[in-house]
Amino acid sequence: MRTALRRIAATTFVSLVLAFFALPMLWLASAPFNANPRIQVSLPSFTLDNFRVLLDDPYALKSLENSVILAAGTAAIVVVFAALAAYALSRVRLPGRDVLLYLLLLLSSIITGTAAMVPIFLLATQLHLVDSHLGVVLVLSGGLLPTAIFLLKDFTDATPASYEEAARVFGASPLQTLRHVVVPVIRPGLAMVGIWTVAQVWGDFLMPFLLLRDPDKAPASVIMYTFYTEGGQPDLALISTFSLLYSVPVVLMYLLVSRRYGFRFHGGIKR
Amino acid sequence: MTGVELNALTKDYPGGVRAVDGLDLAVPDGAFFALLGPSGCGKTTLLRTIAGLETATSGTVRIGDRDVTRLPPGRRDVGMVFQDYALFPHMTVADNIAYPLRIKKEGKTERHAAAAAVAASLGLSDLLERRPAELSGGQQQRVALARAMAARPAVFLLDEPLSNLDARMRLEARTFLKKLQHELGVTTLFVTHDQAEALAMADRIAVMEAGRIRQVGTPAEVFRRPANLFVASFIGSTPMNLVDARVANGLVEAAGARLRPPVRVEDGVPVVYGVRPEYLAYSATPVDAAFHGRVVVVENLGTSSLVTLETEGGVLVHVVVPEDAEPGPGDEGWASPRPGRALLYREGELMTNDVTAAA
Repeated sequence: MRTALRRIAATTFVSLVLAFFALPMLWLASAPFNANPRIQVSLPSFTLDNFRVLLDDPYALKSLENSVILAAGTAAIVVVFAALAAYALSRVRLPGRDVLLYLLLLLSSIITGTAAMVPIFLLATQLHLVDSHLGVVLVLSGGLLPTAIFLLKDFTDATPASYEEAARVFGASPLQTLRHVVVPVIRPGLAMVGIWTVAQVWGDFLMPFLLLRDPDKAPASVIMYTFYTEGGQPDLALISTFSLLYSVPVVLMYLLVSRRYGFRFHGGIKR
Repeated sequence: MTGVELNALTKDYPGGVRAVDGLDLAVPDGAFFALLGPSGCGKTTLLRTIAGLETATSGTVRIGDRDVTRLPPGRRDVGMVFQDYALFPHMTVADNIAYPLRIKKEGKTERHAAAAAVAASLGLSDLLERRPAELSGGQQQRVALARAMAARPAVFLLDEPLSNLDARMRLEARTFLKKLQHELGVTTLFVTHDQAEALAMADRIAVMEAGRIRQVGTPAEVFRRPANLFVASFIGSTPMNLVDARVANGLVEAAGARLRPPVRVEDGVPVVYGVRPEYLAYSATPVDAAFHGRVVVVENLGTSSLVTLETEGGVLVHVVVPEDAEPGPGDEGWASPRPGRALLYREGELMTNDVTAAA
């Protein structure tokens, strides 16, 4: 009896918590199709009008395109450099290797954080990287690389050195070894770091807001803050519609990658 | 001619560990050669140094008539099979076997034809499209061998080739490897810590201890006449009896027994008398020149039994007794060495007639 009561209480509690967190999702799913959305979930009077308005907005679609450029650019840089660095770090014995890695990890949270806002802006100005996608990509890459290296090093560490030695004995050069053997074996790790980077950049507001002056170049995360009515009220119709468009690619990407790799690791040998 | 020749080869690891210590070794062309030793004796390091995966600190490695000491592994013309086989998990069996040819920039069709031919010779034709994870241990080993064979190297290097197989597969693979090596006739070095494996497969064995070679010889030589106490105690599935002894009146006194010395030896010299349990004849009745004691343990070896005698001095002597003749524990027994099979060691080294003459 007591256990049954406890169970009922626990289930009720969990349901309430779930409902609490599910409400915003429901709102996101329903508001874009509502002709007159407010900050509450209601059965919409169905319309696709909001999407038409959004498509007419000069910055909305362009900003999604900018987001893609920033995310893809950063992901490319992060994956390539993190793979090279993680491979080197797990194969070459360096004194103080782990300390170095942890220090980088610690400092990296500063690079993309508010604390380094002013120096980064000054640096970007001097390098003429203000108002350019390259500047944002470089700054974000710098901030994300240490964590990416840290994540990937787990994968390179777990790859037996004998794979590479086998390739070497058959005459493969270091780059061939990397391309033919290491990269395919750690591909799930690369995919993971790739989507992690994309998700980070996709949601990042501060750096593009700081470094991109021209609204033509601003990514979706920044543009969303411009959807206000003439009266200074947030334009909920536009914001919700845009939010939906903004989140769909990330969700799709997760589904795709998780189906493709399922984050399992394939190996030939039981150990 | 593609033998392997090592001269004063030394490998130091950072931190002062000397894994290979000034080692000289000549592996004749076409030999099936075992590097045998306990774990940590440097045998795998030696193999990896020959492969070029480790660089020698000093000394030279020659393969055929080339000095390869400073060459990278890919240019030494060796094929290697790793202990864990190191098959690339993302490639099919065919791609794995063809990989050395891919590095040699051979065309896709040629290298797949070559891979298929090698695979066929090892009975792998049905498995070409599988991935390594879908193969049994024995199949993986054969794929690794096929990959090593694909580029037709001058020398094969096998690192603990049987250690990842279960006991049953191991016997099968032993026969298979020996037959294959014989057919190919390619100089092959393999590393093992299992003396039975080395005796069974190799034409010649180098027994290693602490980075040095303690004896090189055919399996029969290494088994019958171990050159020193280390080899004597390491070789043989039932350990050799090594009994501290003294020479008096031209006879060896060991554990209460007075035995004829196998070599000329002066009186008063402390020696170790060595004889394998297989070379001792057990008798339930008193015989001359035999170890005498009480049976304490009888271990069944299948077709024979290993009988442990405890002599009066408390020294244990092991005897192999054929089936149906086993004594029971507590019985009194005598064990006499078979003529010509006993050995004497002085200061750890095997005594021979010419050495005693020189000393």
